[in-house]
Amino acid sequence: MLDLIRQPWPWYVSGALIGLTVPLLLLLGNKHFGISSSLRHICAACIPGKVPFFQYNWKREAWNLFFVGGIVVGAALASQFLNDPEPVQVAEKTAQALADLGVAVDGKLMPASIFSFDNLFTLKGLVFFVIGGFLVGFGTRYAGGCTSGHSILGLSTLQWPSLVATCCFMAGGFIMVQLIYPWLLKVV
Amino acid sequence: MKLITDEFAESKTDADECAAGNDQVAPESAVGSNIKYLLAGMLFGVIALKSEIISWYRIQEMFRLHSFHMYGVIGTAVVTGVIAVWLIKRFNIKTIQGEEVVIHQKKFNWGQVIGGLIFGLGWAITGACPGPLFAQIGSGVLVVTVTLLSAIAGTYVYGVFQRKLPH
Repeated sequence: MLDLIRQPWPWYVSGALIGLTVPLLLLLGNKHFGISSSLRHICAACIPGKVPFFQYNWKREAWNLFFVGGIVVGAALASQFLNDPEPVQVAEKTAQALADLGVAVDGKLMPASIFSFDNLFTLKGLVFFVIGGFLVGFGTRYAGGCTSGHSILGLSTLQWPSLVATCCFMAGGFIMVQLIYPWLLKVV
Repeated sequence: MKLITDEFAESKTDADECAAGNDQVAPESAVGSNIKYLLAGMLFGVIALKSEIISWYRIQEMFRLHSFHMYGVIGTAVVTGVIAVWLIKRFNIKTIQGEEVVIHQKKFNWGQVIGGLIFGLGWAITGACPGPLFAQIGSGVLVVTVTLLSAIAGTYVYGVFQRKLPH
């Protein structure tokens, strides 16, 4: 049993469990699944300044901060106790495409050749950590939600603006990987 | 189940016009009431790790159309969510506090297009949407803390310029 749990979970199990987060949060106390909001609450709690966008009662939304705190703990526990000893599998074509771009598939969840502290003060670090993170934080708030708030909760409640947002998330991703990556990885 | 339509207001000072609201009427304590969301988050963290949706490689596969995994995960999640929300509505299931479940009707604005594209670009770079950012840190890739701080900075900059941006 434990061996089965240690293996990467198939998409239909993972998907169903992620989908169940929607009714879980609704029934636990009328909370709406959405993770990017936590970034706003952190701003409101720590650096509200005089910005109207951050002047609200963030304490009422504290549940969201507990939830993301839980994600950190849960992922830490899973990587400690439910870790799969086998290297992470990557689709052959993707592995080939990445090799051509100079990114080696190393059997981990994140390529160590990019995501390590050694790259922090390099051009690579600027792109993958600073700029990438900025686009995620800026874009999700501008869009009013992320994959959880729009793609999971929004689509679960059949809202067409969330479908528009989801299509734009995907379009942005395709543009980055298909058009910008070949050029970007030559530069960094 | 109750549907509420929110107007988009640029200087909205209440909770978000869209994502992650709190509609509970019953009073909540600062810590005690929130422990259950910590546990829910832990479950989500385990799922995020074991489903490998936090993997930068999986995001690459998705945007190269080389694997069905991410599409399968998101598709199943949506179908499960649709059925669950339908059941809540059909049988008028109440929250554990006995309150009616509230769903907010999202209104279209151009931010969903422009911001959506911007987020998509970032998603493909970092290999993470906001949830997986937290999970990546938990899984031990500590340098992602820098990415998270930058994401918070991005949210802050959006907040500062919100009124000047087209919506």
